[in-house]
Amino acid sequence: MSETPAPRSGVDTHCPYCSLQCGTRLHGDSPARVTVRPTGFPVNQGRLCQKGWTAAEVLRATDRLSRPLVRGADGRLREASWDTALDAVAAGVRRIHARHGRDAVAVFGGGGLTNEKAYLLGKFARVALRTSHIDYNGRFCMSSAAAAGNAAFGLDRGLPFPVTDLRTARTVLLAGANVAETMPPLLQHLDRAELIVMDPRRTATAQRAALHLQPAPGTDLALALGLLHVALVEGLVDRAYVRERTRGFDPAAQRATAWWPERVEEVTGVPAGAQRRAVRMLARAGGTYLLTGRGVEQHSTGTDTVSGFINLALALGLPGRAGSGYGCLTGQGNGQGGREHGQKADQLPGYRSITDPAARAHVARVWGVTPDDLPGPGRSAYELLDALGTEQGPRGLFVFGSNPAVSAPHAAHVTGRLASLDLLVVADFVPSETARLADVVLPVTQWAEEEGTLTNLEGRLLRRRRLLSPPAQARSDLRVLRDLAVRLGEPAGRYPDDPREVFEELRVASRGGPADYSGISYQRLDAGEALHWPCPDTSDAHPGTPRLFLDRFAHPDGRARFVAVDHRGPAEETSAAYPFYATTGRVLSHYQSGAQTRRVRELTEAVPEPFLQIHPDSAARCGLVEHGLAVVSSARGSMTARVRLDPTMRPDTVFVPFHFPGDGRANRFTHPALDPRSGMPEFKVCAVRITPRKE
Amino acid sequence: MSDVVVVGAGPSAHRLVERLRHHGFVGTLTLLGSTPDGRPPSPFGARDTEDADGTGPPSPFTVRGRVAGVRRIDRVRRRVLAYAAGTETAYPYDVLVLATPARPLIPDVAGLVGVDGGPAEGVVAPGPAATVAGATGDTVVVLGDGPSAVETASALTARGTATTLVCTTPHPLHGQLGATCSAMLAEELERAGITVVGGATVVGRSAGRLRLADGTTLRADPLVLAAGTTPDTALARRARLDVHTGIVVDDRLRTSDPLIHAFGDGTEHDGHVVDNPVDTWEQAEVLAEILTGRTARYLPRPRALRLRTDLVDVATIGSPAELRRPGTRLVGLTDRPRRRYARLALRDGHVVAAVLLGLPQAIATIGFLHRRGQPLPSDRLGLLLGLPPRPASDGAPADEDGPVCLCNDVRERTLLRAWRAGSRTVAALAEATRATTGCGGCGRAVAELCGVWERAS
Repeated sequence: MSETPAPRSGVDTHCPYCSLQCGTRLHGDSPARVTVRPTGFPVNQGRLCQKGWTAAEVLRATDRLSRPLVRGADGRLREASWDTALDAVAAGVRRIHARHGRDAVAVFGGGGLTNEKAYLLGKFARVALRTSHIDYNGRFCMSSAAAAGNAAFGLDRGLPFPVTDLRTARTVLLAGANVAETMPPLLQHLDRAELIVMDPRRTATAQRAALHLQPAPGTDLALALGLLHVALVEGLVDRAYVRERTRGFDPAAQRATAWWPERVEEVTGVPAGAQRRAVRMLARAGGTYLLTGRGVEQHSTGTDTVSGFINLALALGLPGRAGSGYGCLTGQGNGQGGREHGQKADQLPGYRSITDPAARAHVARVWGVTPDDLPGPGRSAYELLDALGTEQGPRGLFVFGSNPAVSAPHAAHVTGRLASLDLLVVADFVPSETARLADVVLPVTQWAEEEGTLTNLEGRLLRRRRLLSPPAQARSDLRVLRDLAVRLGEPAGRYPDDPREVFEELRVASRGGPADYSGISYQRLDAGEALHWPCPDTSDAHPGTPRLFLDRFAHPDGRARFVAVDHRGPAEETSAAYPFYATTGRVLSHYQSGAQTRRVRELTEAVPEPFLQIHPDSAARCGLVEHGLAVVSSARGSMTARVRLDPTMRPDTVFVPFHFPGDGRANRFTHPALDPRSGMPEFKVCAVRITPRKE
Repeated sequence: MSDVVVVGAGPSAHRLVERLRHHGFVGTLTLLGSTPDGRPPSPFGARDTEDADGTGPPSPFTVRGRVAGVRRIDRVRRRVLAYAAGTETAYPYDVLVLATPARPLIPDVAGLVGVDGGPAEGVVAPGPAATVAGATGDTVVVLGDGPSAVETASALTARGTATTLVCTTPHPLHGQLGATCSAMLAEELERAGITVVGGATVVGRSAGRLRLADGTTLRADPLVLAAGTTPDTALARRARLDVHTGIVVDDRLRTSDPLIHAFGDGTEHDGHVVDNPVDTWEQAEVLAEILTGRTARYLPRPRALRLRTDLVDVATIGSPAELRRPGTRLVGLTDRPRRRYARLALRDGHVVAAVLLGLPQAIATIGFLHRRGQPLPSDRLGLLLGLPPRPASDGAPADEDGPVCLCNDVRERTLLRAWRAGSRTVAALAEATRATTGCGGCGRAVAELCGVWERAS
């Protein structure tokens, strides 16, 4: 609580988990004694969820990796010296390069890596490995919203306004976002607004809503089209705004013409009257925001669905106006910065396109190589993982800051692909499920042991600061990348291991790009300035851009674009054999693959194992009992979960969280169908059957 | 795919063009209709209709609109013969699509039929997929007994037009809803400002007034005819395609000539003649997929009616005969004071027929489950009345171990222990337990507990 007195010493930093990046102050001189307290930082203003309060426990994880591990001839991982481990990696890379070429070694990054790590990882892939194959787990997170945001606005920044602006709102639509569980401190900014929550489940967030729209999984776009239809019919479209600030309204509106509310009701199950009420609430004066989350984005139609919501926002005249807007709620801690600096298959630093000759020339100059040396775009995350160890696919893989053995769709298949590699190198600080498959495991530092920057969901740059020295032999990811690069014949000076130095280079590399960081420095951040990108390097210190698009959108003509989209439904429909929709998501006490949170006692006590949330009628039909075990199976695989009866569930839909390993992996059954534009897999809907299982 | 010729330039033809664009059609498309290709349809009941800004993406294929009276299909030489301005033109096709709008039924009453057999001047006859934009005037009379009459009258009223609905049955939708429910519908429409004249016999129209058999005259300028439609099968008959009531098509929307497709109003699939926009739109989607080389099939959705109006929620499922068949379980509710009505016929837990009014959530849920062939929830009363879901029978009861603060997983027992240990304010309890420090939503609950314990001690 904010009224508790702030301690006088310690280190100001940010929570290691989600994109809200709550401000925290750390105290303590050893892992055992570290304590976390919230600060008055604007996004959390003295609040923290259970994960944040207990974050220090990850620093004292009993199975913390502190020495490199190398898999021996007997197939077991054994401790080794850094030199032995790095030499083994370099030898393995050279062997693969000689036999299969440069693209046969790939890199998989993460949206939790600092900007400096993400940047250097991209440079390492393109310059030291010279591979086109680098992508990251953000593909499973933000990619659909990013693709739709770029198409509509010419720029992708999760929230184009500070979260504190939400305090002024009268109406907020949360489409597929369960913020009460995924980022609780955000809710204080929504206290005054009436919420419209769109979610197949009656989540903790939906329970606070003035209006809960509960569509069948995979039908969100039909609902978005229905809302636009109502706006058209009821004359609620802001015609002057549409005329002056947008393009492409007619074809987009034409698609919506076919989606009158009663037809949308048939497809989604959401009453026509509730759709009309929602639009009237959104169209009234007093400040309206539309926010999307993974619930509508993690589909093979995710990009179109986000476009559907952006079309609605544009029709109502919300984006680019003070006091209203559209935004997407970024997921991972550095989901925003992590997608801007080159660990994405199609991008170079500064959110530049890897196929743009000018961008290639600029970045090549900064890196001291020729543009022709830079590889082109590579495979998107799931395509990359799916190709591992195959005839045409990579034979070697570096994984930094990710746990795809749990978090990737069709996870059992991905685990098989990882196991088929000639060389798997994993840099992590705990023995994650992916690390356990590795040939070489490199122990790296974690949040409170390192310096760097992250970019939060508002596009604001934040400083991560170091409280403790890393344990035993753990090294920073930056140092590891440099040591590897040097062994692959690169000059050491090209891979600085001081985060400040890396940031200075990143500034130059991002200069002139859409995500321009060139005017930002550690000095300015440490002085407490609130700097949102773009922040170009100008003669007077540029104040950064907390609010984008107020004068113009980022397309050359300054106008936003409607995108004509239509509903096409999920990749897999229910059938007699698989009669339920399964949807997956987070619970409050865990984060991502659970590699961190499953190592925190309080959090595992709160939710110790995977559960299956199911309507009592459906449970009875499947022969399930409360607290019994159930097997959830799709055409691809199955997982086991503990039954939780919930009468607020749609009878056709079940939910499981995705944080658990082994037989509890929800991603054993998820569908790997990809969005054609973003490469996002269809995490949020597939067809399953449920059977009871004996203890 | 190369040259596709579409006979028809109405809303359904436009919907097909849009879906072809969506599915990446390559080739040339020619729309032949009695009106210019002009604007695509507006949403039903739209209140503002601003002109297109013309900034849409160019079509990836050529769409030609031709004002032409189609006379004949020459199946042997694969061409359509059409007249315009006295000249005959032949339009060769590789694939022909019949998207001919149904003809409005015009009652054989003086003053309604024009000299050309179409509606007389001052009489508007929008098809089932059309909009009401054409019906402008201060006082409009809508004539018809069925869904499109009610929908049109509702849309006009929502637009602020004084509207009278004249039907020959005692109440609108009498055949579909039954006596009680259709009477309740009429009451709802009256409440919304529509004058409903039931059991009327129209004897004529002159000088902008409609005359009824009982001597009443109503100002009807214009008169909107919504008395039903009849399939326009003349062209198909002349081409010797199979025609029953409508133009017969198979699952791939082919007529008896596999090079000629037909969809929408007036096509007959498996004995059922399409007469509503939902089926037309779904057929347009399937046909667009077929014409772009996909393997789609048209599977008609289960029979259901859902009125397109904001004034009152009305839906039916199946046929009224099901409600009287032996072996079905009936669930009913007639709540006139609160303007709610439900009749459900169930078999094996599945709804086979229903008539519902004034129950928006139940209409949405039952309609969805019926369409998907899924059983109804066991709590039928809760379903009908839209009650909040009942907690699971063996769910944990709220007790001292219930979580108070979800964000920090703080249970009441933990708070009580901290309170007994001396943390007597919300702030002190927050410090001791972290309750209230996440989203802050439980602040009031914690304050109340403090009060309860204070008074109890």
